[in-house]
Amino acid sequence: MPTPTRLNARDLGASDIEKLGEELDRLRAEVLASRGEDDARYIRRVIAAQRGLEAGGRMVMFASLLPPAWLAGTAMLSLAKILENMEIGHNVLHGQWDWMRDPDIHSTTWEWDSVSPAAQWKYSHNYVHHTYTNVLGRDRDLGYSILRVTPEQPWRPVHLAQPLYNLALAAVFEWGIALYDTEVERAWRGEKDLSETLQHLGSTVKKAARQGRKDYVIFPLLAGPAFLPVLLGNLAANVTRNIWAHTVIFCGHFPDGTRTFTEEEIEDESRGEWYLRQLLGSANISGPAALHLFSGNLSHQIEHHLFPDLPSNRYAQIAPRVRALCERFGLPYTIGSLPRQTANVWGRILRLSLPGPARSGTGETAPEQVEPVLPARAA
Amino acid sequence: MLDIRDLLGAMVGSMTSPLRPDDYRAIINPLWSRRRLSGRVEAVFPETPDTSTVVVRPGLGWAGCLAGQHISVGVSIEGVWHRRTFSLSSPPGRPDGLITITVKARPDGLVSRYVVHALRPGQTVRLGHPSGRFVLPDELPTRLLFVTAGSGITPVMSMLRHLAEGRRMPDVFLAHSARNASEVIFGEELRRLAARFPTLRLLEHHTRPGGGRPAGRLTMAALAGICTDLPERSAWVCGPPGLVDDAESYWRGIGISDRLLTERFQPEVRPGGGRGGRVRFVRSGRETTASVGTPLLAAGEDAGVIMPSGCRMGACHSCLAPLCAGRVRDLRTGDEHGSPGDLIQTCVSAPAGDVDIDL
Repeated sequence: MPTPTRLNARDLGASDIEKLGEELDRLRAEVLASRGEDDARYIRRVIAAQRGLEAGGRMVMFASLLPPAWLAGTAMLSLAKILENMEIGHNVLHGQWDWMRDPDIHSTTWEWDSVSPAAQWKYSHNYVHHTYTNVLGRDRDLGYSILRVTPEQPWRPVHLAQPLYNLALAAVFEWGIALYDTEVERAWRGEKDLSETLQHLGSTVKKAARQGRKDYVIFPLLAGPAFLPVLLGNLAANVTRNIWAHTVIFCGHFPDGTRTFTEEEIEDESRGEWYLRQLLGSANISGPAALHLFSGNLSHQIEHHLFPDLPSNRYAQIAPRVRALCERFGLPYTIGSLPRQTANVWGRILRLSLPGPARSGTGETAPEQVEPVLPARAA
Repeated sequence: MLDIRDLLGAMVGSMTSPLRPDDYRAIINPLWSRRRLSGRVEAVFPETPDTSTVVVRPGLGWAGCLAGQHISVGVSIEGVWHRRTFSLSSPPGRPDGLITITVKARPDGLVSRYVVHALRPGQTVRLGHPSGRFVLPDELPTRLLFVTAGSGITPVMSMLRHLAEGRRMPDVFLAHSARNASEVIFGEELRRLAARFPTLRLLEHHTRPGGGRPAGRLTMAALAGICTDLPERSAWVCGPPGLVDDAESYWRGIGISDRLLTERFQPEVRPGGGRGGRVRFVRSGRETTASVGTPLLAAGEDAGVIMPSGCRMGACHSCLAPLCAGRVRDLRTGDEHGSPGDLIQTCVSAPAGDVDIDL
């Protein structure tokens, strides 16, 4: 049972939190100082492999009238799209590779194969989600405004259907994210300027049209007699990528062992407390190297949330040290295999579709046990 | 009428969205990129102990150069791209399509030292398009004068090689200053050219002949005594600030500044008062602080902003960026200037207080 015991607030005093922050700052500085040619070569190789895989997959798919070619082409394209979104797009857009000063691999110039325009995603993800991680009412990624993923969220009748619509969301995840990034629900509530929202919707529609034209018009047409198999292959690749991204991302913050926070808890938050919140709000996925690569190293969600702008290839390297720090400070380090964490998250989504503070199978999320982790400051 | 090529281009563009077709070409071979001009290092050979010539095969999109121009060269050092401007030493339009730059390693120059001592054949460099007005005119004057010192010979070498390719070498007087004979970059080639063309006169001036005892610097007044028809010649002067300053005041003094072209390798920096400030790069969302003497270009690069850049000395205007708010100080004159919307040369401008840059 890899999930740890719940953190007891009394175990970690303000000075410990400060020490933890200093240790993590040191770790970060160490990685920053050692970035170099090997890292640059890594991301260039991943990008080259991704483009090769994508071009190859599409070419193989042209022979789709032969079923094995369809299968191989679709598999290659799925892997290419996964790599493009996860290990490349997500991480480049985080600015993890900006230090190379390469205008072609830079957070300010990158655009990715996703319906959501990079600029909108950077705001909702890099800023809102990474700053207010797991803070109820602030982190919109907590349930993406439609799911109840923690008992602290008030239950509404619509949540009864959430297992169903979460399944649907997985299949169309990039579309969900795109719509979510335009923050239509905030515009609906009058929290966001309407004309700005329309402008965001407009650029999303334009981006979506470009991506759709490529996968569902141009390449099928080029395939001639294989029009339909190629169209279906591209659709399958997009859906596969969507389900994969949804799975990995839901394992990052929603499994048992991860905590949510209130807005009061993050008032005047120190650097150390910010680190602590990232640590407690995230969960890792254990598995082989390929899992880390294809999850965009979000399998190291904890390390990613502590240091969102360190190159992703370094997370595996620092993970044992982050884990050792957690042990030293008596902090939980939530980690589990992909099947286990996925089952856990789905279990939670099923439980929380029903009203009431459901007790989870592990006893992690019982509300009576939820107490402020961060020590109260003297006024 | 619908152009079939536009249609094809649009279709290929759709196929690679959100990337460009160019991005795929560049993965196969960086030289095939038209958007991001690159070159492959074919050879690096030493000219003097601290100077090397780098032979580069430029990629598609290279549109040629004029003799005497300079280009921006980007090299990746420890994974980080650095761009600097170097003069071309090759003549334009070599039959083998190659270009050369000749670089002198400065003791504290990260990039120049890397290029001279660490760059290897097979490596990819990024190239800018040639620029600079320190060139030969279309119609050659009958008498020419080149005055160079140290690595200032580089753009002039490009011109001399170009002239040597022609059927007839015009009347050229070349005065070159170096510490001693062995430190003359292209020394052997220059002497060979002078022997081959009777119309090319080479004056080597050595400031430390035979080691140790320093001799005087090359001055225009002294040169005028040797090159007696100096005022009648069209002149090109390139070298350290002292030499260029001397030339500019000499030609101004005899009232024929229009016959003089100069090129500097270092900006003239004049200390000015004031303080630095907070620099905000609006579009990149980056913020940093820069001291009174730090160019905005360097501050932005250190902050991880993609900064357009070129000569890094205020000559080429490749680094222009719009100012959003605040004022900047010109590092060459010490003058404070700027209003919103102004295009600022980031390489020679430091913040005068807090500034916002539209990058």
